[in-house]
Amino acid sequence: MKTLKASLITESVSELCVLANIDLRSDVLGKLKAAAAGENSKRAREILQAIVNNAKVAKKKRLAICQDTGMPCVFVEIGQDVRVVGDLKAGIIKGVESGYKKGFLRNSIVSRPLLRTAPAYLPPVIHIDIVKGGNLKLTVLPKGFGCENKTQLKMFTPTTGIEEIKEFIVGTIKSAGPDACPPYVVGVGIGGTADYACLLAKKALLRKLSAKRYTLYAKLESDLLKKINKLNIGPMGLGGKTTALAVNIETYPTHIAGLPVAVNISCHALRSATAVL
Amino acid sequence: MKIIKEPLEKKVIEKLKIGDEVLITGVIYTARDQAHKRLAEAIKKGRKLPFNLKGAMVYYCGPTKTPKGKIIGSCGPTTSARMDAFTPALLKAGLKGMIGKGRRSSQVIAGIKKYQAVYFLTYAGCGALLAGHVKKATPVAYRDLGPEAIYRLEVEGFPLIVGVDSSGKSIYAVGDMPRAQRK
Repeated sequence: MKTLKASLITESVSELCVLANIDLRSDVLGKLKAAAAGENSKRAREILQAIVNNAKVAKKKRLAICQDTGMPCVFVEIGQDVRVVGDLKAGIIKGVESGYKKGFLRNSIVSRPLLRTAPAYLPPVIHIDIVKGGNLKLTVLPKGFGCENKTQLKMFTPTTGIEEIKEFIVGTIKSAGPDACPPYVVGVGIGGTADYACLLAKKALLRKLSAKRYTLYAKLESDLLKKINKLNIGPMGLGGKTTALAVNIETYPTHIAGLPVAVNISCHALRSATAVL
Repeated sequence: MKIIKEPLEKKVIEKLKIGDEVLITGVIYTARDQAHKRLAEAIKKGRKLPFNLKGAMVYYCGPTKTPKGKIIGSCGPTTSARMDAFTPALLKAGLKGMIGKGRRSSQVIAGIKKYQAVYFLTYAGCGALLAGHVKKATPVAYRDLGPEAIYRLEVEGFPLIVGVDSSGKSIYAVGDMPRAQRK
């Protein structure tokens, strides 16, 4: 049994909020650099170069990569052999507030969605999962809303063919068009329930863009990426080969009567940071 | 690269064509969703506006908090389409320039043509880079809106791409209209 103080969790979440927002994920940066080198269009190259420069400036000057520092999403994987001393949830929330303040990040959260009250840092969206072992894994994903607004969910029938599903995923990107800061990273969730498919799609964004996959989905991911990159949306929607940097699919068992598919888009500033306590 | 000065003169606006890359120096005002809602309402009710819209330029931007010792935080553009419902009223009141990212509605494009204005894009998701072009930032109105307050920004060499020009051409496809010829 491992014992962890809630105050340690607060500290860790605080650091992760700052890190995620000012230091672009190396896998994302790598893909952006490769895309800049591979573009034929001068304008697309220039924009990708500006995006790469922006990441450098952000890290050097300790400024947020993007002014939209997102709705803070915190993913917690708690090992069943971990005992938290103190209030875990309050500890996480406190950590988000401290990190967002310390990093001079943006207070983008309105407490009453219909009344649009004065914006604050809190609350984050927290997803907790119980896993085996004695570790506690924390991941902070500041999710910008330009891209979050383009999320789509479709409840397919179980006999739907794969081509129709691909069409839906590619169609989601097509309808986002230039508006959600392409090049995108496309998170896809297949299976579970309606809400769970959406969560899977978001979790898919956390997976390293270069990570090797189980064959069936690896092929689907690369097929989708090819199709998406033929849309000619390109960086800033001004044309080019790079409409998406990657497609990541996560799946879960589902019901005999259904086939939920969710698409959660990330802008090129896909930010997250993880710590294991 | 061509440098243009704010306030935008008529002859400068006329010459700007979609796809042109320019650098702007002068004053721009940040305004996004809630600020637009308030501005449009003030115009409708004939109330005094917090800044002179005649000839002005707005930037769809809500910066992060300003770190100690810095002029402004990260300050890139937000999605312009969310301002579309309010834009025609602002154009009618004299707005001449807009900076944002992404597509505009056919009503906005018609308004840009009618009132001889211009819509610019700037590097999306590059707020840290763009902060380097802001020389002064002063809050002007609606401070209760936090990051959505209106700020007066003095910018220098701020990079722009013409998205919709005063002849009503858009760099993006609009509705059934194909994407206009790009440079």
